[in-house]
Amino acid sequence: MRLKTFLLNLIKGKRILEHGVQIHTEEVVQQGDSLESQLNEFEKTRNELEIAKKQLIQLEKMASLGELTAGIAHEIQNPLNFVNNFSEVNAELIDEMQQEIDKGNFEEAKAIACAIKENQQKINQHGKRADSIVKNMLLHSRDNSSEMQPTDINALADEYLRLSYHGLRAKDKTFNSAMMTNLDSNLPKVNVIPQDFGRVLLNLFNNAFYAVHQKQKTADANYKPEVSVTTSLENGQIIIMVKDNGSGIPENIKDKIMQPFFTTKPTGEGTGLGLSLSYDMVVKGHGGNIDIKTKEGEYTQFIITIPI
Amino acid sequence: MKILVVDDEADVQPLFIQRFRKEIRSGEFDFAFSLSGEDALEYLEKNHSEVVLILSDINMPGMTGIELLSRIRHTYEKPPPVVMMITAYGDEENRRQAMQNGANEFLTKPLDFTLLKEKLKTFVE
Ligand SMILES: Nc1ncnc2c1ncn2[C@@H]1O[C@H](COP(=O)(O)OP(=O)(O)O)[C@@H](O)[C@H]1O
Ligand SMILES: [Mg+2]
Repeated sequence: MRLKTFLLNLIKGKRILEHGVQIHTEEVVQQGDSLESQLNEFEKTRNELEIAKKQLIQLEKMASLGELTAGIAHEIQNPLNFVNNFSEVNAELIDEMQQEIDKGNFEEAKAIACAIKENQQKINQHGKRADSIVKNMLLHSRDNSSEMQPTDINALADEYLRLSYHGLRAKDKTFNSAMMTNLDSNLPKVNVIPQDFGRVLLNLFNNAFYAVHQKQKTADANYKPEVSVTTSLENGQIIIMVKDNGSGIPENIKDKIMQPFFTTKPTGEGTGLGLSLSYDMVVKGHGGNIDIKTKEGEYTQFIITIPI
Repeated sequence: MKILVVDDEADVQPLFIQRFRKEIRSGEFDFAFSLSGEDALEYLEKNHSEVVLILSDINMPGMTGIELLSRIRHTYEKPPPVVMMITAYGDEENRRQAMQNGANEFLTKPLDFTLLKEKLKTFVE
């Protein structure tokens, strides 16, 4: 409608200017109509693209969730084994302690009590670990609640690194890599949207493990794949660095990797949305920044900075 | 008997010490622990004459248990230490590789400690 009014006004103005020059108004109006229907077409396409984009974001979420599940199974099994084992040991120890008390060996009974207490702490620790994994998985699959909350970045980084590793490992048994964490224990809790931030980290870890795996396929036997995550606090900013000694990023595509749908991976292995979504979440969602350092064939390092 | 346990999970250490507290107290078993295949090789370099049995996880970041096993088999010929492999996945491929590389036993996680104890004791004899 706007276009039509504009054109009519234009015609009016033209008439006034050209005094008496006859213009075939009808013709112009017709042209205006066809332009307007084109505009409507564009609008429709744009809406469709918008919907497609939302669906793709959902797809990327589901894809990374799928990768997560295998990792999650392994990561929950481990703490559960510890919970079961330490509680079985404690049941035995309690029997032993009672026997010692009956015999009047209080010193020995006390020593056993100490062991029970230590085991109890282990049980609690591993129980909490399983708990936080399940909670994070639920956060990850939910797409509505997006509230900022004080978050332990170190715990998130440690957990997603393991999840990513075990997820890939479960899919491909030839995959293997060392993983390193250098987490600054003085890091304060930071206000972030935990599920968004978890996804950013998961994307970076998945990319890093993929890159070392790629390199391993061609490198000689001395190559030691390695992915590390480092956190620190500098000038009132939290810095998270994810580094891999994988294939690196060639200079000529470095500018493109943040673009949506840019991927060098075969269909089924990459959507090309990981980094662009990560960029949106870090920069637009958290007022932070993502930097990349890389050398082809040697390493890649993603550096995320977020203000506290 | 000195047993070297290789697992990237640190809490495996207190767990073994608790599970085998009686055997440790009686001096029947003595445990050493490594958190990675690389650590284990380093430990063996210095102490291989003492270590009689190695119990290693397969799925570890960095050097896998299978690699560790093959390195041990190539480096320490006599007396060949007993090597038992443990894995969480319990799949055929890992079992086959472990056996091919000369593992003496193959165990699956979660570890059945009663069974493990029996197996360890048969190797002592
Ligand atoms: N750590 C990395 N090492 C090497 N290349 C990388 C790394 N991270 C990202 N890339 C490159 O950036 C591209 C885009 O990454 P991303 O947006 O996560 O999409 P996808 O992983 O689905 O391809 C990848 O296809 C790859 O070429
Ligand atoms: Mg990716």
